[in-house]
Amino acid sequence: MQDTANQRAYGFLTRPEVQFLDAAVERLIPTDELGPGARDAGVTYYIDRQLTSTWGMHGRNYRNGPWHDGTPQQGFQSRLTPQEIYRCGIAETEVHCKRQYGKSFRLLAAEQQDEVLKALEKDAIELPSLSAKLFFGLLWRNTEEGFFSDPVYGGNQDKAGWRLLGFPGVASSSYGTLLYTQTGPYRVEPVSILDVQEGRATLDNQGYPQHQPMKAKD
Amino acid sequence: MAATKLKAVDAVVVGTGLAGSILCKSLAETGLKVVGFERGRMLDTQHDFAMPYVHDELKYERHSDILQNLSRETITFRNKMSELALPMRELGSFKPGECVGGAAVHWGCHAKRFLPWDFEAKSRTLERYGASQLAADCTTQDWGISYDELEPYYDQFEHLYGVGGKAGNLNGEIQPGGNPFEGARSREFPNPPSKTTEIGQLFGDAARGLGYTPHSNPTAAMTQAYTNPYKLMLGECVSGGFCGGHVCAQGAKASPLNTVVPALDRHDNFELRTLANVIKINLDSTGKRAVGVTYIDARGREFEQPADLVVLSAYTFNNVRLMMLSGIGKPYDPVSGTGTLGRNYSYQTHGKLQMFFDERTFNPFMGGGGRGTAIDDFNGDNFDHAGLGFIGGGYLASQSSGALPIKGKQLPPGTPGWGGAWKKAAAHWYNRNFTLNLHGGCQSYRDCYLDLDPTYRDANGLPLLRMTFDWHDNEQKMVKHIMAKTAEIAKAIGPAKTGSHGLSARYTIVPYQSTHNIGGAVMGADPATSVVNKYLQSWDVNNVFVVGGSAFPQNSANPPTATIGALACWAADAIKENYLKKPGLLV
Repeated sequence: MQDTANQRAYGFLTRPEVQFLDAAVERLIPTDELGPGARDAGVTYYIDRQLTSTWGMHGRNYRNGPWHDGTPQQGFQSRLTPQEIYRCGIAETEVHCKRQYGKSFRLLAAEQQDEVLKALEKDAIELPSLSAKLFFGLLWRNTEEGFFSDPVYGGNQDKAGWRLLGFPGVASSSYGTLLYTQTGPYRVEPVSILDVQEGRATLDNQGYPQHQPMKAKD
Repeated sequence: MAATKLKAVDAVVVGTGLAGSILCKSLAETGLKVVGFERGRMLDTQHDFAMPYVHDELKYERHSDILQNLSRETITFRNKMSELALPMRELGSFKPGECVGGAAVHWGCHAKRFLPWDFEAKSRTLERYGASQLAADCTTQDWGISYDELEPYYDQFEHLYGVGGKAGNLNGEIQPGGNPFEGARSREFPNPPSKTTEIGQLFGDAARGLGYTPHSNPTAAMTQAYTNPYKLMLGECVSGGFCGGHVCAQGAKASPLNTVVPALDRHDNFELRTLANVIKINLDSTGKRAVGVTYIDARGREFEQPADLVVLSAYTFNNVRLMMLSGIGKPYDPVSGTGTLGRNYSYQTHGKLQMFFDERTFNPFMGGGGRGTAIDDFNGDNFDHAGLGFIGGGYLASQSSGALPIKGKQLPPGTPGWGGAWKKAAAHWYNRNFTLNLHGGCQSYRDCYLDLDPTYRDANGLPLLRMTFDWHDNEQKMVKHIMAKTAEIAKAIGPAKTGSHGLSARYTIVPYQSTHNIGGAVMGADPATSVVNKYLQSWDVNNVFVVGGSAFPQNSANPPTATIGALACWAADAIKENYLKKPGLLV
């Protein structure tokens, strides 16, 4: 299985971490007959970019102690930043995989990988530094974000997530009329902020892109 | 560090959001020297809200700098008094703003007035059902102001914000096509209602068939190009989605930034001081009179700004917290039930009924601006509550809000949380569903309140505000009752699958629900149960007015914006017409 470690310059993640995440996000949103999965949509790169951003260090979060686990209703209470959650979570899940299966996560069969991910989700694996559920929750949240956010953030490459849903991206100013007249699905080539930035979209006089009919599939 | 004392001004306004911007403008019109304080920055809408960059779900969902920066200040939260409150470390349930315009920069444009019943919820309940209808620990009370008194100010606010809608009750005459349950209005909306969408038609037909009265939901996303009384122009909304929680590139969403703030430039006697965080209202030696405010600027320098009049118009939390930090009013004690400051904190209830169709598609990314069809048949006391064991209600709406791909996907119950089956379901259902949303009221209770946290502090070393809040039986029963009625409407619409979601067993600080936090410095006729009088004037320190959602004694089902706007217009009028002519207690 091809990983994306050589395709991009990663700012935070190490090569083994990239390989782990490529394998994990590919199980969370797999490649199938509907189109690319999270790995090929660049979700690992998206996560790397998020981890080097203000958010990666929870720069806008309240980070003073004292620290307590709290109730589920009290929300995020870990003293770890997203950078630390990924670093510890990946390393400690790898320890689990080697102990349980004798192999790195990325080398497990798909069913075994799913087994590990489900165990993380249910908090059924005891990781030394953090709750498995916390790690899984962040991984899934970021995977979904990376698959569906604007490609300007590094994920959703070729707008794979938007194509999957039929989401047109940056809106057209014709919606004002179409909201009341369109019957049946509105199918257009999605337009991203990145497309506009890089001059691939034609804009109307209000700065909204002119959507083009969906290209026929190869 | 000693604060530098500045030259005195006539009035200061703390917070320049929805309420504060209106008060700044009204006070500036009197010719007084006025300073508006804002902890956040000024926004330049042309550049800060430029296309295509505002059509960015991730930014406004997760990272935007128009939202409160919790690294400097947050609140702490617990469900029960017996629990240890912990800081809200990341934004979740609500999104307070940190910019000129405040949270009203990213509001969803739902511009419903409150019902006449809302203002007299307690006395009307006692009159119609008797005391047994109210839970023993319910502290819901009358507002000390009636709908009729506030009506001219609702009208003023609707014209300021260009609200589109169809009157349902014009001077007491019920109007076809409007909401027959609304309070009497003195004239039509300034803009026409939004047209009926496909989902509005489906919902409306089913609701009408069951005897309910569907109507177009009032919206502050312009339904046509509009010029407001300050001669500020707003463009027609193109329904491009990216609306609630987002800013508007077109200027079609009415907010302080395009309805009021530019008009402040015309007043040389007004100064806007941004990145200026007010930390205290200073009192004289008697403790009965405010002499100004202390604030910290962007460089961390402390200043004292003397003023004769102080208007607090920050977000609900900061209005209450600043009063506590300044020693104005008596803090509420839930054990003895004495004191008023922090009492009657409340929130908004909600439910949703998702409907999934095999053959229909709805293009859910189109919309925004609260466009939709609503029924008010289950709102307030619009239906007989005898024997139901609760008071209050909610309105139901089918809204085209602009469903975005990260947070706006709806999936049928039983769909796996991730993996191939999840992917197939997301692809299949994204375009084949719409939702009936219940937006419900929330009463106030003895054990739901705000006070200062004993442990956690902000970046200035000052105690954080502590919220103690949970859902109560009244709200659980109310939501269940209306969701059952909603299921009947859904059945008439006839989807292939449905998913019904009411209130969680306990209130939780995640995920996002609404930025409709209210109470804590409530208005009323009796100083024993209110912090401010009907003119939003502090009972204890008469030259302090406290305006905002903090004044609501409990929450209506309807979103708070129009009522906060109307109260701001009302308080501004009371200050201009009465207080400035004869400073002193207005009642």
